[in-house]
Amino acid sequence: MKALITNKLTEHSVTPEAVYLNRRQWLKASAVGAAGLLAPSMKAVEVAPGDDPAPPWLQSQNKQASPSSFSSTEKLTPYEYVTGYNNFYEFGTGKDDPEKYGQDFNPHPWQVTVSGLAEGTGTFDLEDLLKGLAVEERIYRLRCVEAWSMVIPWLGVPMAALLKRFKPLSGAQYVTFESVYRPEEMPGQRSFFGAIDYPYIEGLRMDEAMHPLTLMATGVYGRSLPNQNGAPLRLVVPWKYGFKSIKSIRKITFTDRAPQTTWQKSNAREYGFYANVNPAVDHPRWSQAEERRLPSTLFASNRVPTLPFNGYADAVGSLYRGMDLTKYY
Amino acid sequence: MDKLLLSRWFWWVLLLPLALALVRVVDTVFYDPSALGPDPAQALVDLFGTIALWFLCFVLLVTPLQALIKARWLLRQRRALGVACFCYALLHWLSYAGLLLEWQWQNLGQDLLKRPYIIVGFSAGLMLLLLAVTSNNGSVRALGRRWRVLHRLVYPAALLVLIHMFWVARSDYTEVVMYTVFVLLLLLQRWRNRATS
Repeated sequence: MKALITNKLTEHSVTPEAVYLNRRQWLKASAVGAAGLLAPSMKAVEVAPGDDPAPPWLQSQNKQASPSSFSSTEKLTPYEYVTGYNNFYEFGTGKDDPEKYGQDFNPHPWQVTVSGLAEGTGTFDLEDLLKGLAVEERIYRLRCVEAWSMVIPWLGVPMAALLKRFKPLSGAQYVTFESVYRPEEMPGQRSFFGAIDYPYIEGLRMDEAMHPLTLMATGVYGRSLPNQNGAPLRLVVPWKYGFKSIKSIRKITFTDRAPQTTWQKSNAREYGFYANVNPAVDHPRWSQAEERRLPSTLFASNRVPTLPFNGYADAVGSLYRGMDLTKYY
Repeated sequence: MDKLLLSRWFWWVLLLPLALALVRVVDTVFYDPSALGPDPAQALVDLFGTIALWFLCFVLLVTPLQALIKARWLLRQRRALGVACFCYALLHWLSYAGLLLEWQWQNLGQDLLKRPYIIVGFSAGLMLLLLAVTSNNGSVRALGRRWRVLHRLVYPAALLVLIHMFWVARSDYTEVVMYTVFVLLLLLQRWRNRATS
């Protein structure tokens, strides 16, 4: 690994916290505090509430995040919902289970094993894996296959930058990700009538993985990822349904064929390999034409039309040119 | 026990879940918008569905339970339990149609035609409606022997409700399997009773 990482820590434009907070106060005072009005080049998020139990090196790397031009300017889903309403079945299928039952999970120290069609395979400490990579803040829409959506300020490194470190071979057509398997810390993995095979497996075509929008997330809302959001390392692919964005990644494998993903194995008719957000292709059990942007209220369910590729069609549409998206859903 | 007192006490049993649900709604609307989470309408749909299911289980439990503990008074409350079950199922549907879909008739119609779990759930609801409107004393007298036959509809209704739940679940069937085992045991017990008597 030492050989792989060209140890050049880039100089980030670090804003001292005091200055940053002042800017926030000014924003509030001038009544443009709504995230929707912030210029995309400006960081929208201050440090989230709650303790950050991540090791200091990770905290400081996350704190140095720079804003991204890929960020959405829509109103953010509040922190308490982003971290309190989750699908992370390893901790239980209830939306509040991951926050409730995720606290016994211990994501540090963390190692990732890289294998398959690449030159730089091996097992790496998380710190070495991320060393020298610039963390960005990316505010993305997240569209769940269950027809609700959020707007989330992720922190993370471009997936392409990370994967290039392992020097994938030309035969590598797909990249497979595998979640952690720790039934003793994850009650959902002990479920008797669960229809899901653990560990959780997801995959991307190589060009999808290397796309500039694809993020390896290390944090959210200005802090390191809480356990319920997939600590310490998760995928974020904003133009695909949320279940593609695999959490707590333990293994990365470069292959020449598409992996069988967890949800495909569970129900291939309902969940395809691509899982691109597509209002024209219904889930067999419900419509995907609309979504409810959370939080909703009792009297306003906040239904908005779902956009092809979750609104990222201009950026990613060309990846799927000529493909029958009703067949490759 | 005094009959009036008993029925009053029982009214509270029927209304208690509604009161608890209302407390949470009032809390959400007036005090803490996050009390029901970021998707409060869905939370209410789930809550009323679960309460209705509990009453359905309760109704099916009455016959074996009263035989076991020799409580005739329980049998007299069975129709009230059934009507309560229907009322909570109605609230389940109203929150889905009114709060989640905001009375968009086109979406409601599409769901009803295209989504199997909605179709079976709605059919179960119609059966419960039929049972609820024939649960007054007048109907019992008017229908005579046919009343008992008609009210056996509760069994297919229960099975449809279980299918509804199986088709809603995405991956973890623990809860629905537990309810299914419970209902099937009750049905098995009735079948055995009929076979032996």
